[in-house]
Amino acid sequence: MKIRSLPTWLTAGLFFLVVGVGFQIVSGQGWLSGYWQQVIMLGTLMAISALGLNLKYGYAGLFALGHAAFYGIGAYSSALITKDWVVGWSGNPAGGLAGILAIEVGFILAVVAISYFKIGHLRNLMQDKLSRWLTPFEASVLATVAMLLAGGLTIVVVGGGSGWLVRQGVLALVPPVLGALPIAISQQAIFLLALLSGAVLAGLVGFLVGLPLLSLTYDYLCIATLGFGIITYVFFNNADKLIPTMKGARGMVNIPNLTTWPWVFVCAVVALVVMRNFIYSSTGRAILSVRDDPIAAETMGIDAFKFKTLAYALGCAYAGLAGGLYAHLYSFLHPSNFTWLKSVDPFVMVVFGGVGSMTGTILGAYTFELLLEGLRVLPAEFIDWRYVIYPLILLTVMLFRPQGIMGTKEWGFLKLPRITKRKHEEVPAGATQAEARASEGQED
Amino acid sequence: MKQTMAQSDIHNPDPGSNSTVLKIGGLTKFFGGLRAVHDFDVEIKQGELVGLIGPNGAGKTTIFNMITSIYPVSAGSIVFKGQDITYLPAHEVTHLGIGRTFQKIRIFPNLTVLDNVRVAYHPHARYNMFDGILRSRRFSRGEQEMTEKAQEFLAVFGMEDLQDTLASNLPYGAQRRLEIARALATEPDLLLLDEPAAGMNPREVVELMELIHFIRDHFNLTVFLIEHQMRVVMGICEWITVIDFGEIIARGTPKEIQNNPQVIEAYLGSQAIRMVA
Repeated sequence: MKIRSLPTWLTAGLFFLVVGVGFQIVSGQGWLSGYWQQVIMLGTLMAISALGLNLKYGYAGLFALGHAAFYGIGAYSSALITKDWVVGWSGNPAGGLAGILAIEVGFILAVVAISYFKIGHLRNLMQDKLSRWLTPFEASVLATVAMLLAGGLTIVVVGGGSGWLVRQGVLALVPPVLGALPIAISQQAIFLLALLSGAVLAGLVGFLVGLPLLSLTYDYLCIATLGFGIITYVFFNNADKLIPTMKGARGMVNIPNLTTWPWVFVCAVVALVVMRNFIYSSTGRAILSVRDDPIAAETMGIDAFKFKTLAYALGCAYAGLAGGLYAHLYSFLHPSNFTWLKSVDPFVMVVFGGVGSMTGTILGAYTFELLLEGLRVLPAEFIDWRYVIYPLILLTVMLFRPQGIMGTKEWGFLKLPRITKRKHEEVPAGATQAEARASEGQED
Repeated sequence: MKQTMAQSDIHNPDPGSNSTVLKIGGLTKFFGGLRAVHDFDVEIKQGELVGLIGPNGAGKTTIFNMITSIYPVSAGSIVFKGQDITYLPAHEVTHLGIGRTFQKIRIFPNLTVLDNVRVAYHPHARYNMFDGILRSRRFSRGEQEMTEKAQEFLAVFGMEDLQDTLASNLPYGAQRRLEIARALATEPDLLLLDEPAAGMNPREVVELMELIHFIRDHFNLTVFLIEHQMRVVMGICEWITVIDFGEIIARGTPKEIQNNPQVIEAYLGSQAIRMVA
């Protein structure tokens, strides 16, 4: 009982410190081969991606299968930035324009996202005004057409304008600032920028894709997001026509190898803490309520669609962050890493670990990666059998524990915070309504 | 029979206790070619306890679903406290002050009892998403406030000791009570109860009737309820509207309704009339 008196956040902090520093020492001493270090880093970044899917599928109940697309968007966009600025760096990074493109697109998408809300509001206002002279149908058609035009104009002018401004700003500010820093630090700064922009871009794309798709549920949503995943795959395959650096189906090479254990680990811990705090807040409860019963949530005054979109976009941002880390881990990106089949990987992790459990998701991610790579110890002629052995393990787990390893349970600081019960001097335990009623009278 | 529906202008609602809370006119719903509700109208005043009855499939729940915007309205208008809510989205209807329960219980099964109630406070939360992520002071204060309010509610319903129980693990009667508590936590002016006594044993029904009276007085509510069990409706409603095949067939006090031949016919068939006569 003495140990329990430590606050949970302190225990968790100590735990993360020991794991983070411990792994750094172990790998620094050369006790772990570079290969296994990579595998564990891959497991950690897949845990981030799987946490994002757990938010979508486990917490928001969105059966969405396009996760790898967002993983890819994060990977490619952050790789573009670092490739131009870190690799192409020779004191004069002005040639690196593809990277800025990623940031630019992010800004334009943000303008689209914001104008979506504002324009929807304007459209309703206009329809109200028009319906004085026209039939409701005519008014709604006219208002929609007008708003589509206005929306298009806004996006071109404001989005394009802000994109242009961003490009000028980045070109004017970033090279001198980075040039003033030592090269090692400036590289890390660019990497941070690349990771963040990858996550934000993936989140924004998720948001905009979610707007039309999230009115669907279950299998329908699954197929629709699958469609988006295929579109993204085709885009990556042919991206060299648009951005030559992406190299399309030949695969993007020469991405700087910036992903190190501290980066992966700190990103994972921050992602985990953000997820935990998010889900155990009022916003998180709203998302859970929409999953449990969207109609009842609406009658509780909760805009179900808004929270579905929020969860979806945030889950996509997690995938984007993981993608950015992945791109700089192997320094090679190929579209085949982002096919819809790869969307199934995080699904397996989440379902295997326990849908709606952060602990389970992380366990699932590590188990999945370690199992798949660990089975490489098999003799060479049996190496392909790992794709039989690991599905068999999955089958067995699902048969005997369909709710996943953890179910919905959590460990340590990931547990639902306990709420102290109200002192009930007025109402005795198990009071009937009549008694409760009487005691309520005394309170007044 | 219609004298209970006093004439009043919705645009100038009485400031006194007699003002109109809900006024529905010409409400109609088509499901494809099926006319589920036809030309339904009702006017409910502040503090009234009104019943809506009718045989199975008469369109009662459809009317509730249209009031709370779960189904879009085919025709007609719904005015709540002088504001047209016919085409508002469901969550905004709730914000304006209409709470409801469902015929088939719709609690959030994987949330604790306390969280089921706290969800209702989200639209009034005093902190935003980022406060939650950063665990700012505003978060802890807002969360504290929500928790205390929710616990007070649970205490009123005698459920405070169940706050950490998953809602799906509650017994049936408690789930019904939780659903009512949750609806009340949205701080409604008008409470719509859809067959609150369904599946309850006689003792629970008596308790429920007491509870409905109690919440009406305690929270200063107007209550509009659908009920199948005649005993409940007759026991607590001040006046009743009866519908059959989506159309109003009678309206009046419980006494009048009990002796209305059309109502008896709707419930028991035309042969019963002949037997009575």
